[in-house]
Amino acid sequence: MDKIPILRMGAFLLVTIQVDLYDRLALNLETDLVNMVHKTGARGVLIDISAVSIVDSFMGRILGNIASMTRVLDAETVVVGMQPAVAITLIELGLSLSGVYTALDVERGMALLQTKLGSDDELTDDDADYTE
Amino acid sequence: MMLITLSKDSIAITREQDVVPLRNRVKEVAVKIGMGLVNQTKLITAASELVRNMLRYAGTGTVLIEVVSRGRETGVRLTFSDKGPGIADISLAMQDGYSTGKSLGLGLPGTRRLVNDFSIQSAVGQGTTVTILKWKNG
Repeated sequence: MDKIPILRMGAFLLVTIQVDLYDRLALNLETDLVNMVHKTGARGVLIDISAVSIVDSFMGRILGNIASMTRVLDAETVVVGMQPAVAITLIELGLSLSGVYTALDVERGMALLQTKLGSDDELTDDDADYTE
Repeated sequence: MMLITLSKDSIAITREQDVVPLRNRVKEVAVKIGMGLVNQTKLITAASELVRNMLRYAGTGTVLIEVVSRGRETGVRLTFSDKGPGIADISLAMQDGYSTGKSLGLGLPGTRRLVNDFSIQSAVGQGTTVTILKWKNG
């Protein structure tokens, strides 16, 4: 059975999708990622789809699910590297991937996660002040 | 003007993994007629949506891949046929956001937006046939 590797990089998990996804593989990735976030306490997930030539409604839904599921586990998900043709097709299909952070490439995605993590920390500090 | 079929090829869909070779075959044909990347992506995404519907509701089916021409235009026509439960109300199924399954309900109306021609025939208890056509420069 094919499996998409999940790499750990500091507080983040990194996934590069290099193969054409069929449903089972995408569903397994969803479960694996959520489990990994839980196990490692990762604060961010970066999914690189630059090698993916097709994102249909199912795949779009999986990306949305991953973002929502990791969010309730206190980790943000950023999808990076979408090809222009995929972006055009997704919007015409009717999927806007609302609720999913996106960035142009891995570098900007990492920067976005860092900012999220930074502002999160400030927030928790504020909360602590209030409760005192 | 008459639509002429230049080549045809049929692929049987029996399981989820068949989606990947189907997408590859469609891409091959689209590249061969010189279709641009955006149109290729739209066509393959449309095919992916329809084959997913086929697997979900009918379990199995066949896809006919044809290169067609009309006048100076060349395009790819795909016909998805299954012997599944059929669709009781096609106009309802073509509405954005409608689904009897657990999907987002974007499949059929979304697919129609991605191609140049879209037609659907269905009879309850007998099956469904969906035909889509994407022109090379469409």
